[in-house]
Amino acid sequence: MRAFITVIGKDTVGILAKVSNQCAEFGINITEVTQSVLQDMFVMIMLVQVNNNKIPFTEIADSFDKLGEETGLKIHIMHEDIFNSMHRI
Amino acid sequence: MFSSHEILETINMIDNEDLDVRTITMGISLLDCIDDNIDKACEKIYNKICRYAKDLVKTGEDISREYGIPIIHKRISVTPIAMVAAACQSQKTVKFAYALEKAAQTVGVNFIGGYSALVQKGFAAGDYALIESIPEALATTDHVCSSVNIGSTKAGINMDAVAKMGRIVKQTAQLTADRDCIGAAKLVVFCNAPEDNPFMAGAFHGPGEPDCEINVGVSGPGVVRAALAKCGSCDITEVANIIKKTAFKITRTGQLVAQEASRRLQVPFGIVDLSLAPTPAVGDSVAYILEEMGLETCGCHGTTAALALLNDAVKKGGVMASSHVGGLSGAFIPVTEDAGMINAARSGCLTLNKLEAMTAVCSVGLDMINVPGDTTPEVISAIIADEAAIGMVNSKTTAVRLIPAIGKKAGEELNFGGLLGGGPVMPLNEASPAKFINRGGRIPAPLQSLKN
Repeated sequence: MRAFITVIGKDTVGILAKVSNQCAEFGINITEVTQSVLQDMFVMIMLVQVNNNKIPFTEIADSFDKLGEETGLKIHIMHEDIFNSMHRI
Repeated sequence: MFSSHEILETINMIDNEDLDVRTITMGISLLDCIDDNIDKACEKIYNKICRYAKDLVKTGEDISREYGIPIIHKRISVTPIAMVAAACQSQKTVKFAYALEKAAQTVGVNFIGGYSALVQKGFAAGDYALIESIPEALATTDHVCSSVNIGSTKAGINMDAVAKMGRIVKQTAQLTADRDCIGAAKLVVFCNAPEDNPFMAGAFHGPGEPDCEINVGVSGPGVVRAALAKCGSCDITEVANIIKKTAFKITRTGQLVAQEASRRLQVPFGIVDLSLAPTPAVGDSVAYILEEMGLETCGCHGTTAALALLNDAVKKGGVMASSHVGGLSGAFIPVTEDAGMINAARSGCLTLNKLEAMTAVCSVGLDMINVPGDTTPEVISAIIADEAAIGMVNSKTTAVRLIPAIGKKAGEELNFGGLLGGGPVMPLNEASPAKFINRGGRIPAPLQSLKN
């Protein structure tokens, strides 16, 4: 399934590396990345392909929550359909 | 690909504006559990609920994690128990409440609704016993919710039932006086009760519903308020448009969750309830939406008009977003569950009279209102009758959920905790309607033409 990972928070060194490392650990393929830094505020949006047959999605979501807590960033991983349903008719 | 703006808008709604799906409610028919032996009937009920709903909570949590949208409640509604109890020889109807409570605990849902009777035109076998057992049932269980439908546009208002419910509401509060009278917060008296409502305490699974179905209630007052806050001083037409667009987005989320829950549980999708359901969280208030429109405090003159606009726009936006709409659908105004309403009631700006007028244009009725503990059953009955009359004449659902604050006077407070919140005891008009209420009989169904 396709999902979006969003990372929002104060810009620090190595955010992209930490998030993409975590993706690699779970076998998540990153398809697209956009990022911007506005007045020290870091915003990154990744479109990813998750192969959730191997690892339950809840486990993946939990680990990104944990990474968010460790780094002081807000990290979400959400199924793409939530955005489809809200923003596309 | 979505724009960053779209993605961040969704994230912001969830993180900062309290967007959530309020409830996934599984409706289960108990008509095949009827047995003249009450213990056998209870056993069948327990087994059926546990069989059908065993994966409900886990499925709700999985969907919540996968889509990143909080799903606050997982609940069950069942066939009105009075219909099941009608066949039983035993009058110990409260045993059904114990069976429902045990099932709710086993499957892990946070409320189970349907300890109910439909008596709009009169009492059938089982109805009397069930209604009389409501105070005990609600005092001795934690998860069971009860409702009684005492009127409808087609049947009129059953004034015998109205008189009885005044006493039952008071007794229920008395039996739970040591717990802030919480029993009465789990009891709703309806006119025109919907049969597919996913919201508690009034949810039950009507006799016309399928064996099992999934109904979803959405929420999001905080999102609507935030959207209005961004619009500045636009005119009312634009305000209505903003609410419609926001309600559309909120409801699409509910529709997605409903379809996904239905698919995973292999249970038909029933309806999405297009609702703005507040919580005591500060950002999650319907009253604050009305204040964002330009009212100094909810309850001031203009509140009814603002609420009418809000309620209508929520429905217009939501209808297009969902394939099946039902339940209560509209803005809720439960006083103790809404931070803005609580403040307005404390300040004295929001009165019971204004709330009654508001119920003529919004989705439910006099909901979660604390009244003085010495209020007589006749006054409670008369409030129920007034509210039912508004529903009956306007062909809409109205409900009354009053909490007589035993031992307390106007201005003191009750605190239920959690989503039921808490708030001030509101003063009532104390002149006696006793003779009117004690006449009994039925108010005839109103004309559906000559509308003026």
